[in-house]
Amino acid sequence: MPHTTAFARNQWYVAAHAHEVGRELLGRTVLGEPLVLYRTEEDGTAVALHDRCVHRRYPLSEAPTRLDGDRIVCGYHGFTYDTTGTCVYVPGQKRVPRTARVASYPVAERDSLVWVWIGDPALADPDAVPRARHLDSPGWVTVRGMEPIDCDYGLLVDNLLDLSHETYLHGGYIGTPEVAETPITTEVDEDAGIVRVGRHMADAECPPFYARSTGLAGRISRRQDIEYHAPCLYLLHSRIAPAGADGDDSRAFRTEITYAITPSADGRVYDFWAVSRDWATDDAEVTEFLRANNHTVVMQDVDALNLLQRSLGAERAGYQELSINIDTGGLAARRILARLAEEGDKPVEPVS
Amino acid sequence: MTAARTGEVYRVDWLPGTDVLHGTCHCGAEHTAEDPVAMWAWMLAHPDGHDPRGNGS
Repeated sequence: MPHTTAFARNQWYVAAHAHEVGRELLGRTVLGEPLVLYRTEEDGTAVALHDRCVHRRYPLSEAPTRLDGDRIVCGYHGFTYDTTGTCVYVPGQKRVPRTARVASYPVAERDSLVWVWIGDPALADPDAVPRARHLDSPGWVTVRGMEPIDCDYGLLVDNLLDLSHETYLHGGYIGTPEVAETPITTEVDEDAGIVRVGRHMADAECPPFYARSTGLAGRISRRQDIEYHAPCLYLLHSRIAPAGADGDDSRAFRTEITYAITPSADGRVYDFWAVSRDWATDDAEVTEFLRANNHTVVMQDVDALNLLQRSLGAERAGYQELSINIDTGGLAARRILARLAEEGDKPVEPVS
Repeated sequence: MTAARTGEVYRVDWLPGTDVLHGTCHCGAEHTAEDPVAMWAWMLAHPDGHDPRGNGS
């Protein structure tokens, strides 16, 4: 497949919003690995197991597979697994073969996101999960969703690292002429694997997304500060204020836009999105407006990236692309992803 | 809510009112270019062509 970004193993990835994981079995595929997710009855801990029964590979996330307490009972022949993936029952015989187990994946639930570790479980450090505390903090209200896209995950990274596309693809929603016209500053924190892209507009049109939700009618100052924690977490710190009042916090509106970019399989990515605000938090109309409006914006990206991937799929090998100044951040992200993929492919050195 | 900077930081400023990118390597070397591909190629060649007195362009 043309334009395939290598997967970076030995990393944490968002497999679900916390509310999606419950007592119903949830199937997700992350880095090509099929997972089944659920919560334990007793304390609600999220569990992630390989989503194929060891017997005949039946998907454990599919009916009539069911939970029996905290055990998962395969809907085909009844093979039963505990939360560690160990098979504790097979039909018709007392002896459970030693090899009867499915892989279990390290899980960390942080900030209302369920993260899974894809790689060597011995290397999983829950403290390394990048944080998005606004998603689950008092005083903040969040709207959210998830859309799968049939494209290489690198295309979504490219899309989010270069917000000049807002002017064209999202005009009338979040885009105004100033976004594409304003120069950016790009920083790469090599050790942390973070790419930052800042765009500060001193005097800009207020896009409908913010005009209708905040009530700001005139020109605004608008800051967009991206913080991309490769490979999965993308934070956009957004701040708008009346033009000329940029330094006045009492007249500013801060909005945190969060994406989790989770590669599902070759040519498929999960686009987890969330919009969080600490203003007008008790206004249900604003909440619904932001939910509906941002969903529309996400679907504009989904449609464009589905189309782009199909188009790239018809290209001859070795096609050329052109990068200009707006792509400085996206190029930096590509390089970091390539490094993480390379590091994730290295065999782990044995500890003596 | 913003993560602290931890280590080697590369920075590229697109100079307002121009098409020029101004890069600063973590070593302090500076460089200008009008193409982000060329800019990152220079940046990542560190320490080749990186003069901490700012004569890298």
